[in-house]
Amino acid sequence: MDFGSINPVLLLASLMVAATPILLAALGELVVERTGVLNLGVEGMMIIGAICGFAVAVNTGSPVLGFVAAAGGGALLSLLFALLTQFALANQVASGLALTLFGLGLSALLGQGYVGIKPPPVDKLDIPLLSDIPFLGPVLFSHDLMVYFGLGLVAAVWAVLKYTRAGLVLRAVGENHDAAHALGYKVVRIRVLAILFGGACAGLGGAYISLIRVPQWTEGMTAGAGWIALALVVFASWKAGRVLLGAWIFGGVTVLQLNLQAAGIAIPVEYLSMSPYLITILVLIIMSADRSRAPASLGRIFHASQ
Amino acid sequence: MTGDLLSVSGLTKAYPGVVANDAVSFAIREGEVHALLGENGAGKSTLVKMIYGLVTPDSGTMTLHGAPYVPAEPRAARAAGVAMVFQHFSLFDAMSVAENVALGMEEPPALRDLATRIRDVSETYGLPLDPFRTVGDLSAGERQRVEIIRCLLQDPKLLIMDEPTSVLTPQEVDILFKTLRKLTAEGVAILYISHKLEEIRALCDHATILRLGKTVGTCIPRETSARAMAEMMVGSAFAAPERTGRTPGPVAIEVAGLCMASPGQFGTALKDISFAVQEGEVLGIGGVAGNGQDELLAALSGEALAEAGAIRLKGAGIGRLGPAERRARGLLTAPEERLGHAAAPDMSLIENTVLTAAAREKLMHNGFLRWGAAEAFTRKIITAFDVRTPGPRTAARALSGGNLQKFVIGREVLQRPEVLVVNQPTWGVDAAAAAAIRQALLDLAANGAAVICISQDLDELMEISDRFCALNEGRLSAIRVAQGLSVEEIGLMMGGAHGMEVAHV
Amino acid sequence: MLKLEKRPQPSQVWTYLTPLLAVMITMIAGGALFAALGKDPVAAITTIFWEPLFGEFAFYYRPQLLIKGAPLVLIAIGLSLGFRAGIWNIGAEGQYIIGALAGAGVGLAFYPTESWVIFPLMVLAGALGGWIWAMIPAILKLRFGTNEILVSLMLVYVAEKLLAAMALGLMKNPEGMGFPGSRNLRQYESAHNAELITGSGMHWGVVAAMIAVIFAYVLLNRHILGYHIRLTGQAPRAARFAGVNPARLVLFCLGTSGALAGLAGMFEVAGPAGQVSIDFNVGYGFTAIIVAFLGRLHPVGILLAGLLMALTYIGGELAQSNLGLPAAAIQLFQGMLLFFLLAVDVLTNYRIRPRRAEGVA
Repeated sequence: MDFGSINPVLLLASLMVAATPILLAALGELVVERTGVLNLGVEGMMIIGAICGFAVAVNTGSPVLGFVAAAGGGALLSLLFALLTQFALANQVASGLALTLFGLGLSALLGQGYVGIKPPPVDKLDIPLLSDIPFLGPVLFSHDLMVYFGLGLVAAVWAVLKYTRAGLVLRAVGENHDAAHALGYKVVRIRVLAILFGGACAGLGGAYISLIRVPQWTEGMTAGAGWIALALVVFASWKAGRVLLGAWIFGGVTVLQLNLQAAGIAIPVEYLSMSPYLITILVLIIMSADRSRAPASLGRIFHASQ
Repeated sequence: MTGDLLSVSGLTKAYPGVVANDAVSFAIREGEVHALLGENGAGKSTLVKMIYGLVTPDSGTMTLHGAPYVPAEPRAARAAGVAMVFQHFSLFDAMSVAENVALGMEEPPALRDLATRIRDVSETYGLPLDPFRTVGDLSAGERQRVEIIRCLLQDPKLLIMDEPTSVLTPQEVDILFKTLRKLTAEGVAILYISHKLEEIRALCDHATILRLGKTVGTCIPRETSARAMAEMMVGSAFAAPERTGRTPGPVAIEVAGLCMASPGQFGTALKDISFAVQEGEVLGIGGVAGNGQDELLAALSGEALAEAGAIRLKGAGIGRLGPAERRARGLLTAPEERLGHAAAPDMSLIENTVLTAAAREKLMHNGFLRWGAAEAFTRKIITAFDVRTPGPRTAARALSGGNLQKFVIGREVLQRPEVLVVNQPTWGVDAAAAAAIRQALLDLAANGAAVICISQDLDELMEISDRFCALNEGRLSAIRVAQGLSVEEIGLMMGGAHGMEVAHV
Repeated sequence: MLKLEKRPQPSQVWTYLTPLLAVMITMIAGGALFAALGKDPVAAITTIFWEPLFGEFAFYYRPQLLIKGAPLVLIAIGLSLGFRAGIWNIGAEGQYIIGALAGAGVGLAFYPTESWVIFPLMVLAGALGGWIWAMIPAILKLRFGTNEILVSLMLVYVAEKLLAAMALGLMKNPEGMGFPGSRNLRQYESAHNAELITGSGMHWGVVAAMIAVIFAYVLLNRHILGYHIRLTGQAPRAARFAGVNPARLVLFCLGTSGALAGLAGMFEVAGPAGQVSIDFNVGYGFTAIIVAFLGRLHPVGILLAGLLMALTYIGGELAQSNLGLPAAAIQLFQGMLLFFLLAVDVLTNYRIRPRRAEGVA
């Protein structure tokens, strides 16, 4: 066992990378839940994003097109969820599960020819000067574009929800859909758009795993990241800033346990790799003390009758 | 005064199985208060929803200022100068007053400017309100102010008010009327929906009366007797409930120093509630909505647990017992919300009978249900309370509000309760069913049961109660003999004007 | 344009028709999918749905139907109780694994003693293992208000890691020449969940599934507890008014579904699978969710749905070997079934009508 082999700079830098997939997915789900919709299909949308992004990036040689395709794929899958829950008025819990099961099957089918291939590399964005700062440089300023995109998205989601009219209407729909309808807001349309946004974000998160974090394609490679993203939204009490904090905590745990594995600690690998899931449960328990309210219409079916 | 502001002609709207509005026509003049009068289910709500653009009529036309008026959505209605205060408020609990107001406006100013304007308007019309308070923490009367201010900020030409006084004390009603008169003096027309005749006589210039979706007449309320309007509204007269003289027996239920924390973020805490009801007596508990009625019912039914001694049934402390044990001892309850609380919407009437009657009526044996016995008891309720339903296997949600309420009250009354607690027993129920329900409560008391009736309908309480008290912010007022109480006294027991100022007219 | 109109009460006819309709739509969509993969859709569909039952080798496949169907039905019956009450145990896969580990653990601990008490003890241990694993989300929900969906699901991943750790460590066959996986319980008579009638596919797990179906049917239709489960799911406030204790219901529903899933895992590891191995679990816990919904959360419906889903597993394997259909296509096919079921379910509670021309004359 050799703790000396764990480099704190690399650890923190890879924490940012490990946090990005769940950060993206959780931000999307946060917006969805703020409109009062519970989409449990994040895992399915992430894995579809992972394979769509991977396949397109491999075939075109362009990771950028890969990410675009991943967002599109995730959104397309979420459209199925939107159809089920917003038009066929199906139960949101069951529909979300269906989305995950369906997404896992579809991704396995789509990914058949892609096992064992390396995707085109994604350039790191070494910001001149800043990335040369000792310690902070490698930790904060020498990542790929998606890491910064994720951080930007946190700020954007926070600002839109807090300061804009669109954000106000979005929160209103999630708080009381009947009242929002009575005031003339298009509840279903707003929710469908939010669901699509959530799907695109989850897709991006999935592609980040298959294109950058791992990077290769294996069946079921998201391994519960979508569910952790869902837990993250609860952890964050539906606030964008706290999603970032939570993502870093989870990223940190993941990276730390990988480093401990590499350092040859005397705990079998299987037990160490349980830790992200156990931490998720632990965090859910700790957060239960905070009685911040979920959006009041969360999970309820809306039908404009009479 | 001047010409017609809005005229409606031949508006028709049909829903499956019911024609909500059948060729309705009437006109509102500028600057007048026009009453839309009718029983529950007469089609008032559908009509105003069409005027506000929430529902598209099947046929018929509307004109506003003489030009065709076809609002495709509420936004269009608001742009045309039509605003609406809803009966069940269209408010967002977790948001601030200012945010709520902004949501009801087309192009709201920045939140800071909006807050200033809210303060201005609320001062002008005597409706004090802090723009940054969370709406969920406001009282029912304050919530209504939010809705009214939201409308006023858009300089409406026509203000629709759906049953605005159902959440106000008599004193608050006076203040509201002053605000409304000030508005009409400024040229705003008000469409005032109600079934309370005295109010309409006090406030309105004209009235259009609806019955079963049709216009059955118009009148000038000041020149028409309440009785004449009632006959137009209901179509026939009903016997007032009969009270037989009765001598109260020993104390059946006693509540002493009952305190209970608020169940949710926006609920009401119960504070030191004490009262006793004797056998054969009806205690009426009045009060404006949201002052602890639901919480008091939950405390009595056993859905919320109190200290053992805080509630005593025939001397025994039952505060720690759950609903089933209290039922077994003879304390039965009927909550306000019929669908989802007193009854499960998607279950049949038979299954809904089992909901409260399983143990008391021996509908189960060792935990196994006797569906045959349950059906027999359901049929008994249907017959005894004249519940109009295709049969006992019909889902509860398929029944009309009045019929379901008769079923719910019947289910409890026929279980021979020793104490019966009801909350809003005739809310949203047509006059015939309401009369039947009140009679059933009086008969129950005449047979020696103690009855506690929580209600926001003061007329109802005065009709059936022996003694009266009121809930105000989770506290119970002193208890007074009901006979001879004046409206002012009742209003003060309900909390007076709740600190509202009179409009500086 | 079409619009939805709420029915005054749920349609009886559509309650029974929607699952059939969903299966038919899935067959059509699945056929299209198989065609897109370059396979003959008719051949693929008949291979999946016809061959195992009536084909040349049906004598071999029919018993398989019971072997694959039993765990699905057993798990789905448990899940359906919770789903009806609005208690979402999504972690049956984890409870299934833990049940198998506990059952196998007891069996392996006795090795090589032969005694008739070993198998009953394994059954108890399996049920207990699943029950304990399901009690974790139950107790956390009651004590801290955590979401049982997320906790039970996280525990699936934990259970999978535990399974790997056991297969590679504690339970590894000391005579296995270094290969991962435990001793084969099929070669240990006292612990073997053998066929009760040779060649029938009938093992104790099938018997347990049958008992569970009958038990659930009686519970839901005749007993006050089953009534309270239904009431809580449909109208939680009315349930509290009726006097239902929600905490007890959470414990009962999660506990029962966990114990049944644990039993399913135990019967599987001691019989058809034979040993604890890294790839022991094949997703029955998740497929059972589809089975529960396809069976409309009704015990008899679940029995039929479980057999149908078992058929797609067997037929899917057949199509894989005969037609070269990828395994993932079958997984997708099963996912589609749940999708279409949820979509057509709207017909039970709503009527679809053409929207009349908008606007006013």
